Amino acid sequence: MTESSSTASSAAANFSLTPDREKIFDDILSRYPNKQAACIPVLHLCQEQNGWVSEDVILYVAGRLGLASAHVKGVVTFYTLFNKEPVGKHQVWVCRTLSCALRGSDAILDHCEKRLGVLAGGTTKDGKITLRTAECLAACGQAPMIQVDRDFHENLTISDVDKILDTLTR
Amino acid sequence: MLKRLNYLSKLYTVPNGHKLDAYEKEGGYVQARRVLGGMSRDTLLTEMKAANIRGRGGAGFPMGVKWSFMPYPPKPEKPHYLVINADEGEPGTFKDRTLMELNPHSVVEGCIIGCFGIGAHAAYIYVRDELHLSKDRLWGAIHEAKAKGYLGKNPFGSDYAVEVYVHTGAGAYICGEETSLLNSLEGKRGEPRLKPPFPAQVGAFGMPTTVNNLETIAAVPTALEMGGDAFSKLSTLHHLKDGGTRLFGVSGHVKTPGVFEAAVGLTLRELVDDLGGGVSHGKILGVIPGGSSCPILRPEEIVHAPDEKSPLHPWHGQSVFDVPMGVDTYRTLGTMLGTCCAIVLSDKADPVLAFQNLMRFYRHESCGQCTPCREGSAWLNRIVTRLADGEATMDELDRLHEIANNIMGNTICAFGEGTAMPAMGFLKKFRKEFEDHIRNKGRNATGILAPDYPDTKPRTGVHHTHDQHAHGGGH
Repeated sequence: MTESSSTASSAAANFSLTPDREKIFDDILSRYPNKQAACIPVLHLCQEQNGWVSEDVILYVAGRLGLASAHVKGVVTFYTLFNKEPVGKHQVWVCRTLSCALRGSDAILDHCEKRLGVLAGGTTKDGKITLRTAECLAACGQAPMIQVDRDFHENLTISDVDKILDTLTR
Repeated sequence: MLKRLNYLSKLYTVPNGHKLDAYEKEGGYVQARRVLGGMSRDTLLTEMKAANIRGRGGAGFPMGVKWSFMPYPPKPEKPHYLVINADEGEPGTFKDRTLMELNPHSVVEGCIIGCFGIGAHAAYIYVRDELHLSKDRLWGAIHEAKAKGYLGKNPFGSDYAVEVYVHTGAGAYICGEETSLLNSLEGKRGEPRLKPPFPAQVGAFGMPTTVNNLETIAAVPTALEMGGDAFSKLSTLHHLKDGGTRLFGVSGHVKTPGVFEAAVGLTLRELVDDLGGGVSHGKILGVIPGGSSCPILRPEEIVHAPDEKSPLHPWHGQSVFDVPMGVDTYRTLGTMLGTCCAIVLSDKADPVLAFQNLMRFYRHESCGQCTPCREGSAWLNRIVTRLADGEATMDELDRLHEIANNIMGNTICAFGEGTAMPAMGFLKKFRKEFEDHIRNKGRNATGILAPDYPDTKPRTGVHHTHDQHAHGGGH
């Protein structure tokens, strides 16, 4: 990204929030004493609409919140949950930190990779599922577990995983 | 002593226990109303200090004392903030989530009382983004409380305004460190700040701030209802100023993993055997007592505390598993109480692989700001991976010690120690196994972590997925 392209007006043409989300944007802003604090929640809001955080989204957020685009980009690259490239329609995270690993997360990850035909980090050819690994998702007592989009699925067996993937690939 | 209690978790089994009706039926919001109805701040702080609530996030700092560090009265140009740490992500820890999902009103009521205690009018609950149900339940509780007039400009008809908000991160373990969390709340990269100044002087948005763990604040209404002293005396470690009731978790190789409420002072044996149902496969190899940063304990370890002044003296000569789990008892034991959520390893699992799993985690989560931690965690992971793959030499075993030692005390925040301490714990307690592993190139090891899946070889290399490099922090 070059400085000359980082004006809010040029970005606004390529990305803007839907009217529904504009209302949420206002609500988010009302929670904080300054605009910068809204950076992460607004990035979430944009990613929810766009699927990932593109350069256009970064410029848009910078423009709306009065921040340098370099600041917003710095934030985006710091946090794992901002997608720096397009992802599948569904995202499947396999937690693989110790408590899950002790109860079979490696077997679950192996199975997901085989079944979906992608390695962790990859997206299926039809663009339906991005398979990812996650570090501890705070469900250690219900291990092994996976997260599918917003939902946790816990105490899994391989056949449970198959049933979940069936609903996603259907 | 095992004393199951039912204060924080009493609504866990009640249908719709997360709703306002259920919470009020159990006496909810009576304490917030009492506090805002004319209690003095001094009275509140006295009760809170007497309750001996040690921070439930891992550091174990006395909550009442922390509140009293806030400048008072607040200056109009320097508004105070209460920030609640619910960035639960320490491997093995899954207790705060149950409160957010099943008893969110206790958090909101705790925030109202906490705001009054520290002179704040706004509280931010920082929840990690992955916990969507937790966020929904907290927002639901906030909206219900607001509709009833318990939050806003005039809560309970008083003139002490209180607003509570949920703020989310975006996937970074480091944001559980309080100053990193504050940076994240301010819309920045979650890199820890130098201390001093401490948050009580310069916290959120540059203003005096108290950061409390979510379970800590959720315990406040109960402590106030019982009275600080009575609350503290629930614990068998009341004499060590470690009071009350808390949530204990147990996961890994146990028959009934889960979260259980009990009085402070439960022993590790009770947590594993009585609450966790005992080890699920073979025998216990070791237990990581309170989240992955706490050095591991082995069942054959014996307490050595001949000095009568030691908090451990009463258990001199007994198994470490029979020492009550308290902030000071565990610190003296050379480990940490942490979050009170234990991970149990059976002897069917390979300790080298468990060690490697954790070192991979820390390498992934180091924010990259301080060189000793960024480089150290990467080297620890690299060498432990070689160890797991049967490629390491004896020299490298010593090098692990050296690297871990070089992280200690040389970083801005405690993440460095949180990486180095469990590493040194594993190296010390499993020296014999690791040496054997090197001599035999891993041929004698079980080679597995999950006994239920004996044919699955855990992955050790860093090459198998490009998903690890999502972080920006310098690697």
